[in-house]
Amino acid sequence: MALKKIGAQTRKMENPPSILSYYSIVGPKEGEGPLKDYFDLILEDDLWGQESWEKAESKIQEECVRYAIDKGGLSSENIDYLIAGDLINQITPSSYSARQLSIPYYGIFGACSTMTQSLSLGAMLIDGGFADYIACAVSSHFSTAERQFRFPLEYGNQRKMSAQWTVTGAGTTILSSTGNGPYVKYITTGKIIDPGITDSANMGSAMAPSAIDTLVNHFQDTGLDPSYYDLILSGDLGYVGKDILMDLMKKKGYDLSKNYTDCGVEIFDKFEQDTHAGGSGCACSAVVYNGYVFKEMAKGKYNRVLLMSTGALHSTMSTQQGESIPGIAHAVSIENTKE
Amino acid sequence: MDKFNKKDYKKYSDKKVPNPPYLKNMLIAFLVGGIFCTLGQIITNILKSNGLDNEMAAAGTSISMVLIGALLTGLGLYDKIGKVGGAGAAVPITGFANSIVAPAMEYKREGFIFGVAAKMFTVAGPVLVYGIGGSVIVGLITLLLR
Repeated sequence: MALKKIGAQTRKMENPPSILSYYSIVGPKEGEGPLKDYFDLILEDDLWGQESWEKAESKIQEECVRYAIDKGGLSSENIDYLIAGDLINQITPSSYSARQLSIPYYGIFGACSTMTQSLSLGAMLIDGGFADYIACAVSSHFSTAERQFRFPLEYGNQRKMSAQWTVTGAGTTILSSTGNGPYVKYITTGKIIDPGITDSANMGSAMAPSAIDTLVNHFQDTGLDPSYYDLILSGDLGYVGKDILMDLMKKKGYDLSKNYTDCGVEIFDKFEQDTHAGGSGCACSAVVYNGYVFKEMAKGKYNRVLLMSTGALHSTMSTQQGESIPGIAHAVSIENTKE
Repeated sequence: MDKFNKKDYKKYSDKKVPNPPYLKNMLIAFLVGGIFCTLGQIITNILKSNGLDNEMAAAGTSISMVLIGALLTGLGLYDKIGKVGGAGAAVPITGFANSIVAPAMEYKREGFIFGVAAKMFTVAGPVLVYGIGGSVIVGLITLLLR
């Protein structure tokens, strides 16, 4: 019997896992953005003394996990699981980071939705009684993503207006079976929705329908109204996807005009930083949650938030073969009080 | 989510994407492309005034422009010119040099064989294949028609 299952896609935590600590590292460009005062570490050089961008990304993720564990007053032996992912082929940045950390490791891939995927799995493992401490970590790097998905860095081309800018950085959340919150209360796992978009430079449009589906299911399953939350955040729909989401949700009778925004919209200043449709990448939502949201929850600005990272599950190969882009979104609700 | 028509969604979502500033982009492309072409003409004139015939001067100009494009790429400037100049930076032969040097630099870390050499033509490769292939076909047709 799945006792914790409510509705079609949502699980309610019986003993809500607590967020013990969190840490965020960003690159220089993100460190000049509107949220610069919230990040724990801003790198001056996005190669961080490494020989390649991939090695740099791996180091960023590894250090981020170490700092988060330190901040929680733990050592790596205390951590039962590391659940981590990134965007690069076979998620090597995460696996090489895990190679150094020596923590039992699940490598996961959910493209840019990985942060809430990791939080969902971590919360279920803890609530299921399988672990006391879990590190949920993701990373992305502009330069590793750019060379894998698009063009070499020095190639002179113009970006489309719908194109998004991959965030360089990493975010780690340490979940704990005990603690004083904030707590993970509900998780709503998304289905893949593929609206048929084939342009990989328009991921906001490709992901918006899956985000809408997950949100609607969350509200139906829990019986909650959008106004229940102080803040609803999607991962990296960007300006295009955010606009679509708000528009179509309104048509379905959900008013998101007061408390909804998107991490990809918030992380860069689109006029000053020329990032077109906004930020993207695993780290886009991860650094906003672990940098901005959890800090503001601790201060009491927000008490109930719904985090929903969004992913575009395509590859360069699938795009070249003319396949459309499958979208996914996982929602996790975080509250300052247990009840 | 309700079943929706993928064609309708594409039309709907396309409307949500802002248009690029076409007029501004075209003007800058015209200027940047014009600057490269003027530079080429200057080189041609210098070569000619130093005694090269038309054919030799043209070849010398192409070689010089490729060098300039490669140099600007190596100095990390061509991507910035390309971002502003668009087609004005991509169409001249300097853009062709950029499309070869950029991946060569990018994939240096994968080694000189599977990195630099194998990946050098990832961007320019299609242009070379179909450009050279097309010229062979046109050449054959011309030969047959004579």
